[in-house]
Amino acid sequence: MQSNTTAPARVGPPPEHTTAGAAVQLVRVHHRLGEVEVLGGIDLAVAHGETVALVGPSGCGKSTLLELVCGLQAPSAGRVDTEPAALLPQRDALLPWADALDNAALPLRLQGAGRGEARGTAAPLLAELGLEGFERARPHELSGGMRQRVAVARALLTGRGLLCLDEPFSALDAITRADTHRWLAGVLAAEPRTVLLVTHDVEEALVLADRVCVLSHRPARIVTELPIPGTRPRDPAADELVALRRAALEALRGC
Amino acid sequence: MLISVAIVLALLGAWELYVRLGSVDALLLPAPSAVAETLVEDRGMLWSNLTVTAAEIGFGILLALAVGLGLAIALHLSRSARTAVYPLLVASQAVPIVVVAPLLILWFGYDLGPKVAIIALLAFFPVVVVTLDALAATDAELLRLLRSMDATRWQRLRFVELPAAVPAAVSGAKVAVAVAVIGAVFAEYSGSDAGLGHLILQSIPQLETARAWAAVVVLAAFAVLLVSILAAAERRLSYGTRLPHSPKGPS
Ligand SMILES: Nc1ncnc2c1ncn2[C@@H]1O[C@H](COP(=O)(O)OP(=O)(O)O)[C@@H](O)[C@H]1O
Ligand SMILES: [Mg+2]
Repeated sequence: MQSNTTAPARVGPPPEHTTAGAAVQLVRVHHRLGEVEVLGGIDLAVAHGETVALVGPSGCGKSTLLELVCGLQAPSAGRVDTEPAALLPQRDALLPWADALDNAALPLRLQGAGRGEARGTAAPLLAELGLEGFERARPHELSGGMRQRVAVARALLTGRGLLCLDEPFSALDAITRADTHRWLAGVLAAEPRTVLLVTHDVEEALVLADRVCVLSHRPARIVTELPIPGTRPRDPAADELVALRRAALEALRGC
Repeated sequence: MLISVAIVLALLGAWELYVRLGSVDALLLPAPSAVAETLVEDRGMLWSNLTVTAAEIGFGILLALAVGLGLAIALHLSRSARTAVYPLLVASQAVPIVVVAPLLILWFGYDLGPKVAIIALLAFFPVVVVTLDALAATDAELLRLLRSMDATRWQRLRFVELPAAVPAAVSGAKVAVAVAVIGAVFAEYSGSDAGLGHLILQSIPQLETARAWAAVVVLAAFAVLLVSILAAAERRLSYGTRLPHSPKGPS
């Protein structure tokens, strides 16, 4: 995979930050869905350019938390203060009838660009992300890893400074996933963004994030925060990561 | 394909034998060979009547599609329109067209217009129902994504719901074609001076049964042609959502 080494092209001017201070600021956020109390008081601040991983048991409310950050729902109580976010949903949510380039270019179309113009703008990015020659392929003709790249390209092309990734690599096999981690770290090095990464994979969190927040069972609260030293992508076999992994897993088991 | 051809040939053979062995008066039931002869002999008459009926069916289906798709979109966008209009739609299908058609023809005359209206009245219903269901069944995840990108209602329709409903609309059109052919013959029975239905209706009292059968064959062939065009469009438009993704190239 050549794309690991090539640096993706700049998508446009660096995103403007609308929120002073933190990119994401959650203050005592509670959320109910019907009778279910999903979030039980989340406090979280994410600095600009920081990558924060949210790990937690399945069903604890991680996707719900991202929906609040992306403004798809308002919290039942508490304050959600974020800059505009681009969501990469749990399934890649590519339009099945549109080809890879049209899918990546969708945010440009929504901002009013014509089809030709949008495709022209998206094409270099898609090529930089290692999808050259697959512009005209429909999603069902692409492998899982390639579909995720198209979805990441689409999220970058929204031009928003905050990316919310919801278990983006959970459907990939282990080898593809490791490749994709390295690839994403490269993309983020070239295209600095603030990232909220939801995952149930502690390994993934340790390799990609600057900080890991461990969530409890429903109603979810942040039980542990672990800062990860070193630059991305990290070697999962490094000594300090081994210790951090043990700490994260213990926190998960205890909640 | 081979098997269906064999079945048709066997049935035609049996029919031919049945007539040849004198079990039935050839005036009441002509042999397939006699029908085939008439197809050739009367080709000019059949063709000119086909063009009349084809125009009725063509315009009728176009009107049915325009009204059907327009209604489906309007009902999809507005809940109050849905509650107000949907029962009326269903009721429109309970109107006995058999009774109303001759009245319409009496009122508007033998022209193309009333026939197109009758065909469209019969054919728009499958288009509305199938398209409306497909619009409502759009993948919620895709809509959520569009909302996260601040898409307007119109953009959600334009970029997600409408393309997602296209295959269903084509299936609806396929059903509409079958209904439209019956509707055309029926409209011509109700009063006309040309068309294959008119030809059938005239040929029977004149004991030109072979000609009536030839007209039926032409009409059936025309219907099959329309349906296969739509089936081809349907295949082209299917984008394999139900297929598991097939890995190709590097991942
Ligand atoms: N509409 C809803 N009504 C009630 N409960 C819901 C609804 N949607 C999701 N839930 C519940 O909320 C919890 C959190 O869901 P989700 O955020 O998807 O969890 P996660 O992404 O961490 O797996 C789940 O236990 C789920 O059962
Ligand atoms: Mg989830």
